Amino acid sequence: MRHLMSPLDFTVKELDTLFNLASDIEKHPGKYAHVCDGKKLATCFYEPSTRTRLSFEAAMLNLGGSVLGFSEASSSSAAKGESVSDTIRVISCYADICAIRHPKEGAPMVAASKSLIPVINAGDGGHQHPTQTLTDLLTIRSLHGNLNGFTIGLCGDLKFGRTVHSLIRALLRYNNIHFVFISPEELRIPDYIIDELNEQNATYEEVIKLDDVIGKLDILYMTRVQRERFFNEEDYVRLKDFYILTKEKMDMAKKSCIVLHPLPRVNEISVEVDDDPRACYFKQAQYGVYVRMALIMTLLGLEG
Amino acid sequence: MLNIGQIEEGFVLDHIRAGESLDIYYKLGLDKIDNTVAIIKNVRSDKMGKKDILKVECDVEMLDLEVLGFIDHNITVNVVKGGKIVEKKRLTLPKEIVNVIKCKNPRCITSIEQELPHIFVLTDPKHEVYRCKYCEEKAVKRI
Ligand SMILES: [Zn+2]
Repeated sequence: MRHLMSPLDFTVKELDTLFNLASDIEKHPGKYAHVCDGKKLATCFYEPSTRTRLSFEAAMLNLGGSVLGFSEASSSSAAKGESVSDTIRVISCYADICAIRHPKEGAPMVAASKSLIPVINAGDGGHQHPTQTLTDLLTIRSLHGNLNGFTIGLCGDLKFGRTVHSLIRALLRYNNIHFVFISPEELRIPDYIIDELNEQNATYEEVIKLDDVIGKLDILYMTRVQRERFFNEEDYVRLKDFYILTKEKMDMAKKSCIVLHPLPRVNEISVEVDDDPRACYFKQAQYGVYVRMALIMTLLGLEG
Repeated sequence: MLNIGQIEEGFVLDHIRAGESLDIYYKLGLDKIDNTVAIIKNVRSDKMGKKDILKVECDVEMLDLEVLGFIDHNITVNVVKGGKIVEKKRLTLPKEIVNVIKCKNPRCITSIEQELPHIFVLTDPKHEVYRCKYCEEKAVKRI
């Protein structure tokens, strides 16, 4: 039985198959409307993450299946002290597949080791969030055309951003990708990621200001810069505008550039950018549903 | 080498870094068995300056020495049978160690679920890096 714990669990070839399926789902949703008839997805969320949970539930409902679960620990048996292992054994009797989100790192792996049904890691603390990474990859593949040969700018909090680290690692398995890291000094990409880039002979550059590089990007991946990450208010005020995407900055970007963001956004992309055809972050949310549909089918061993 | 009682069958663990013999004594579970054990500390050594030596009288099949490879693979393991050293074992890095060290990441699932075994996996043999099987936190080897 197959689970999904990390975005690297699937080989590049397996991901290709998964993304082909997701693309076919996008084109012919009707074909897949009943492939999960009678199947149940359990969403076991030990901490709230409404967007991720709804994306999983929408995916299962689109496939004709049904959903059950809980959306925070206090409403589950965990509040009574039940272990993850015990919970998943019970859930295995109720559902055919399970998506689990937990604030503790490694909890989904513990569940997978005792589970009788496929388990999907829907986020475990600061550790992994593989379906976000798969969403990002599918979005790039669909909108850019493929996963090789482009310049991607990653902008914002590159130090603590789990999403960004996962995406970089996943992209390192493809060819001819140039990375541009755009962040304040305080929120630079960690050295261990730089080491991995060097080991793979990837090309990259680090800059402070988005303006300086936006013109050469094929993909711009925005993330939030949180006020509390800065050492002092003065620095935050001085730097924050470097990382807010505005209409003026978009004027400097390529016509073909695509702008992504894992959402939810706060103010790092001004709403005036939303109408720009290059703003693809809401499409990205849609691809999140397609990739989860493909994933559910794949883990359940279902054909289209 | 000091001769603290001849061993008939067992191990002589040589070239232990000075001061670490007691830690190894506990990690090998020697406190839980009834055998003769000699802990010899601060022996002068040309190679190491000072070193520790552990002598254990036991059935040679009984002790799991895998954990020694994790602690320090430069330790020399002499296997003694019939009062003679019959083999010098080479230690290798074990692929996985269970319940030898604990994960120190406060966000790790092992921090709230006590019954889980603490498992560390060798992820980078070149740099001798072990990571927690659950949260992938790097192991801190020396305490
Ligand atoms: Zn851990």
